[in-house]
Amino acid sequence: MTTAAELLAGIPGLAGVEPVTRVTIPARLEYTYSPGSAQTRFLTALPQKRLLAERCPQCTRVYVPPRGACPTCGIATPEQLELPHTGTVTTFCIVNIAAKGLDVEVPYCYAYVLLDGAHVGLHARIGDTPYADVRIGQRVEAVWDERRLGPSLASISHFRPTGEPDADPESYRRWM
Amino acid sequence: MSKQPVAVVGVGQTKHVAARQDVSIAGLVREAAVRALADAELGWADIDAVVVGKAPDFFEGVMMPELYLAEALGAVGKPMLRVHTAGSVGGSTALVAANLVAAGVHGTVLTVAFEKQSESNAMWGLSLPVPFQQPLTAGAGGFFAPHVRAYMRRTGAPDAVGSMVAFKDRRNALKNPYAHLHEHDLTLERVQSSPMLWDPIRYSETCPSSDGACALVLTGERGAARTPRPPAWVHGGAMRSEPTIFAGKDYVSPQAGRDCAADVYRQAGVTDPRRQLDAVEMYVPFSWYEPMWLENLGFADQGEGWKLVEAGVTEMDGDLPVNPSGGVLSSNPIGASGMIRFAEAALQVRGLAGEHQIDGARRALGHAYGGGAQFFSMWLVGSDRPDR
Ligand SMILES: [Zn+2]
Repeated sequence: MTTAAELLAGIPGLAGVEPVTRVTIPARLEYTYSPGSAQTRFLTALPQKRLLAERCPQCTRVYVPPRGACPTCGIATPEQLELPHTGTVTTFCIVNIAAKGLDVEVPYCYAYVLLDGAHVGLHARIGDTPYADVRIGQRVEAVWDERRLGPSLASISHFRPTGEPDADPESYRRWM
Repeated sequence: MSKQPVAVVGVGQTKHVAARQDVSIAGLVREAAVRALADAELGWADIDAVVVGKAPDFFEGVMMPELYLAEALGAVGKPMLRVHTAGSVGGSTALVAANLVAAGVHGTVLTVAFEKQSESNAMWGLSLPVPFQQPLTAGAGGFFAPHVRAYMRRTGAPDAVGSMVAFKDRRNALKNPYAHLHEHDLTLERVQSSPMLWDPIRYSETCPSSDGACALVLTGERGAARTPRPPAWVHGGAMRSEPTIFAGKDYVSPQAGRDCAADVYRQAGVTDPRRQLDAVEMYVPFSWYEPMWLENLGFADQGEGWKLVEAGVTEMDGDLPVNPSGGVLSSNPIGASGMIRFAEAALQVRGLAGEHQIDGARRALGHAYGGGAQFFSMWLVGSDRPDR
């Protein structure tokens, strides 16, 4: 590899000139997001501390957040239902490094929580417990953030252990 | 439909490093392309079309980089095509190029994939908040760590397996002059005592962030007959996709990966991949993905992949060497990483892999995956021309 300084040295009149190797050009992204009718219902129910889901009429799987259609069957999912605020940790990791622009303090426990009655996991933070005690199969419940109640999943601060016995692995094995 | 057999006659790579400050993106891809042409002993005029691939544009912040790369890749006056399938893109780009040759659309095709991570922030690019999820995913490691934990829990694999894979791949990389990481002083103990980034994934079990490019020259039977060095023949190639999230998705062993492998084996007439393949270049950005993919790709029964690792089967001198090049764990120019796997598989069956050559390798698999373990691309290459 030839260094930039070596390249410049070969050009008469540029020897000794500080080479330009990097120019930083900041980029910013701002999105206007159209959630569609299914997610609109889901998001507007969050400030009332309600978790709305949809069931596929064909495969009967329950999706939360709902998307108005089943990704497997490719058909509309008109049947709505409300889910409880309790669920099971199906898997998790402890994040020790911060991602730029992510508004969470490290370390944090990032988990998949399978709400009771749902067939896909919700991405959530587990709190109010030592991370060493978090485990697959653990029963948890939502803790709402009274100051941030709004049409966003930030309405849920985190999930905390309920203290119930761990769930039967068969109840969540297929639904991460 | 009758297909032309496809041959790999040129392979070129850059030396993968943390930051190539001496070249622009155009200079980087040009370097790989020139090396692939030199390997094939062909000139720009011999190339009929160019197929280029890379990971998401906002990694480097250069939107549609293929527009400005046309002249650097000798594509002026020729068809040029851009492919994108997240981390698997290097593989799918090579397959798109191979299909153009197989279909008889073009005689000889140059395909190039790249990433210049030193000019990007991939962790930021992969952690953009979306309104329907809690913003908790910290880069690719944060996304995949829970699935690694699920694998460990499901199979009861001992903790040491992840560090064994990382240590093996980093040692293999010492034999590959193009590999980014050459950690001569690394020990298994150091891997095991490196910090947890996304528990259960440690620092030394994680791929580096690299600048690099890879290029291949693909041609048909007539081109292969004229080529100076032994070609690698494509015996099978396939891509498969599935949604990021659906009820019943198996993140540990995705259906799309299993289907993709089965398709490739069927095309190549392979019925027992463990015995019939001589080397595998597998996309393993986090070490635990080696045992996971060993199962997904049919080299081991469900829950048994880690036992092959533990028994040394995937070591350079084992009976199924995995990532003799050092793999993604030793070099990760994201967009190029899949094509490097395909290229390294080709080098093995051409007998041109140098110090990391597996003696007598005649059939090898190149594998790549990307997105939320939802895009898969693979090819199986051999020393012999396929029968039909
Ligand atoms: Zn359905």
